[in-house]
Amino acid sequence: MATIAPDASFDRDTFHLIEKEGHDHGSAHASPVLLGFWIYLMSDALIFASLFATYGVLSTSFAGGPGPRDLFDLELVAVNTAILLVSSITYGFGMLAMDKGGVRAVQGWLALTALLGMSFVAIELFEFGTLIAEGATPQRSGFLSAFFTLVATHGLHVTVGIIWIGIMLVQVGKHGLNVVNRRRLTCLSMFWHFLDVVWIGVFSFVYLLGMLR
Amino acid sequence: MFDAKTIFGRLSLESFPIHEPILLITFAVVALGGLGVLGAITKFKLWGYLWREWFTTVDHKKIGIMYFILGIVMLLRGFADAVMMRLQQAMAFGANEGYLPPHHYDQIFTAHGTIMIFFVAIPLVSGVINFVMPLQIGARDVAFPYLNSLSFWLTAAGAGLVMVSLFVGEFSTAGWLNYVPVANLENSPGVGPDYYLWALQIAGIGTTLSALNMVTTVIKMRAPGMTMMKMPVFTWTAFCSQVLAVAIFPVLTGAFAMLMLDRYVGTNFFTNDLGGNPMMYWNLVWLWGHPEVYVLILPVFGIYSEVTSTFTGKRLFGYSSMVYATVVITILSYLVWLHHFFTMGSGASVNSFFGIATMVIAIPTGAKIFNWLFTMYRGEIRFELPMMWVIAFMLTFVVGGMTGVLLAVPPADFVLHNSLFLVAHFHNVIIGGVVFGLFAGIEYWFPKAFGYKLDKFWGKVHFWGWVIGYWVAWTPIYIVGLMGTTRRVHHFDDPTLQPWFIVAAIGAGIILIGIIGFIVGLVVSYRKRDQLRVGDDPWEGRTLEWSTTSPPPSYNFAFTPVVHDLDAWYDMKSRGYAHPAEGFRPVHMPRNTGTAIIQAGLAAVLGFGMIWYIWWLAVAAFVALIAVTIWHSFDYNRDYDIPAEEVARVSREKLSYLDINYAPEPALLPAPRTGTAAPAGA
Repeated sequence: MATIAPDASFDRDTFHLIEKEGHDHGSAHASPVLLGFWIYLMSDALIFASLFATYGVLSTSFAGGPGPRDLFDLELVAVNTAILLVSSITYGFGMLAMDKGGVRAVQGWLALTALLGMSFVAIELFEFGTLIAEGATPQRSGFLSAFFTLVATHGLHVTVGIIWIGIMLVQVGKHGLNVVNRRRLTCLSMFWHFLDVVWIGVFSFVYLLGMLR
Repeated sequence: MFDAKTIFGRLSLESFPIHEPILLITFAVVALGGLGVLGAITKFKLWGYLWREWFTTVDHKKIGIMYFILGIVMLLRGFADAVMMRLQQAMAFGANEGYLPPHHYDQIFTAHGTIMIFFVAIPLVSGVINFVMPLQIGARDVAFPYLNSLSFWLTAAGAGLVMVSLFVGEFSTAGWLNYVPVANLENSPGVGPDYYLWALQIAGIGTTLSALNMVTTVIKMRAPGMTMMKMPVFTWTAFCSQVLAVAIFPVLTGAFAMLMLDRYVGTNFFTNDLGGNPMMYWNLVWLWGHPEVYVLILPVFGIYSEVTSTFTGKRLFGYSSMVYATVVITILSYLVWLHHFFTMGSGASVNSFFGIATMVIAIPTGAKIFNWLFTMYRGEIRFELPMMWVIAFMLTFVVGGMTGVLLAVPPADFVLHNSLFLVAHFHNVIIGGVVFGLFAGIEYWFPKAFGYKLDKFWGKVHFWGWVIGYWVAWTPIYIVGLMGTTRRVHHFDDPTLQPWFIVAAIGAGIILIGIIGFIVGLVVSYRKRDQLRVGDDPWEGRTLEWSTTSPPPSYNFAFTPVVHDLDAWYDMKSRGYAHPAEGFRPVHMPRNTGTAIIQAGLAAVLGFGMIWYIWWLAVAAFVALIAVTIWHSFDYNRDYDIPAEEVARVSREKLSYLDINYAPEPALLPAPRTGTAAPAGA
């Protein structure tokens, strides 16, 4: 299970390694996980890509129903965007606290991040509720199907992230900032920032561009 | 309050096909066979062994073998579907309606395609990558062993749902990609498309996770000294194939998720009204579908490369051109999907782009064929069974490649679209390419996995049955297809076509002989295993998998190998390397876990509940799935050390490389000596 850089230079007649005893398992495991998680994020990005592409195709298929200008409340979405971006910053402070080894500080920043995430999801649900009350349901038109699916898939990811933060709060409390938990916090950090990046795409491509149409 | 609808959803007595004799007989046979197997396992008290050694294993080799078992079992199911279709089409002319009702026939061709790609080809390819690739790169396991087990069990859960659809309800009738508008709710209100969607979503997540795992493994777990351009060709092709899989499966997941929303929530993605766009589904599924054939064929090209090099006793001709060709195919395969529907009407410029991109793929593929030919040129070819499969592949596949280029010409495609000519083309490349290659791989690596070779006589029955059977079955289909016969047809009016379909049915019968030869061969080889037992390096192999014991220990290598050359094991042998007899260290390995099989089982229950609208069951399974996943994340104790004494004992008792008769290069160092060791991380 050891991970050894393939670029180390060896004697031409050396055909095997003798591993040091009691080597640091933790650091040896860390790097494949982070790379693997990056690759997972890229695959997730492709799910979003297929949803964005679908939205692109259906974004004018109103079927006689309401369009973006009739529906979108840009101020509300701007507030929501700000909340999500701030949550990335608070998570970043959590990572800085992790590097300093402060368990309490990490938990505090994580909890704040989760609260911001929950506000984001709550505002999104409020927005969905308003739209549905106006009769702009996902079933109404191809445009609305694509809109709801793209935005809700992002919201679902944020929800998963919030649950994950909850689990990390418990696990950090139980085991402290050991190698495994640091690795998990790093993965969660990538996940959370990734959702920010996707949201910037949603905000520009769906909301801003929609209002220009 | 609790009426039958709440408890059973839309599942009722009518859901069971008690009035269809064909299905009843099949069910009786499957049930009796299944009971027999379960009874035998209970009688010989194998449940504990199976659970401990196989169901909960995280060993990439055992997972690879389980992928193979799954693939072979599903091959029998898919082939049974094929035989039923061939019989129907050979009979159903004029007044004869054949023996299958149209609705049943539609399910059969859908199930055949779905099973053969998703539950035969993908598991077999995943299996061979799982088994061979970590050994070839000198690793002790894959990057994420638990995830590997989860990937396998999710694939098996998907296969299980497809099998359940045979006896509970029905399967989709919308073709192997579950095409809309047929699969839309208004046209298919039944459970068929839902079975399809849930089975493939569950299996597809498994395949994505497996691909992610393999890519990480290749990047991070290679033995020291093995730079990218010193990786064995099979590892390269497996790497490219799995990168491609990571890049395409999410698109399929997205497309299927949207179709699910259409069917369950009533959205309008792929509907014919309210702004939906059915052709978008075609674009998305083929954006997955075309690269997918390269996900399957690239590792198989790698198998052919390894076999050709080994059995000609030469270094592979044009290694770097082989790598570049693989990478070019990987990229181009993403740019050709539209050739599956030139008739959509996207215009001459778009069709030209995709037509030319498709034709261009023939160039790197052709380069590979020439590389294999030049490897064989002036080599000492040993016509063992793996090499025979390579020859059969080259002769068969080239024809399929040429008909592919023909179909890539948009005007020709307008004539041949959805014809049996197309069906013959893709069976030509998939049977003649992927399937033959997997058989070559099975013959080649079987001794590594089990320590004995497969029986030669039955191997030849297997070989000739498939090769002759392929040509007899598919040449007539090419001919009737060129004459304009369309695919997925239940009954024909033109009696002059009938002889061709009878010949094709005979061909399917000859392939059946090949399949029987394979199964009998497995049984015979197992019974004769003491006579067939071979050493660790029976084929005079060139890559690292042949440097360890057959079968390899759970940790693969007692010492992590150090690589200096492309053909690492050949290099070690010719420089007189001897395995060290002392200096063993404890080996750090992951523990077995039953979490994956439980999660996959819950996923299957979730799927079943959703298919039949049994909402309480679906919710319960979903909550349980999340709970098990979270519970698993609280397990911090996942590894253990195999003590050095155990490693030493296994090496002493099993490592028999000194006894076997590989022929070292006469020109090079003859005297074996112990290689010097370097500390890790030096």
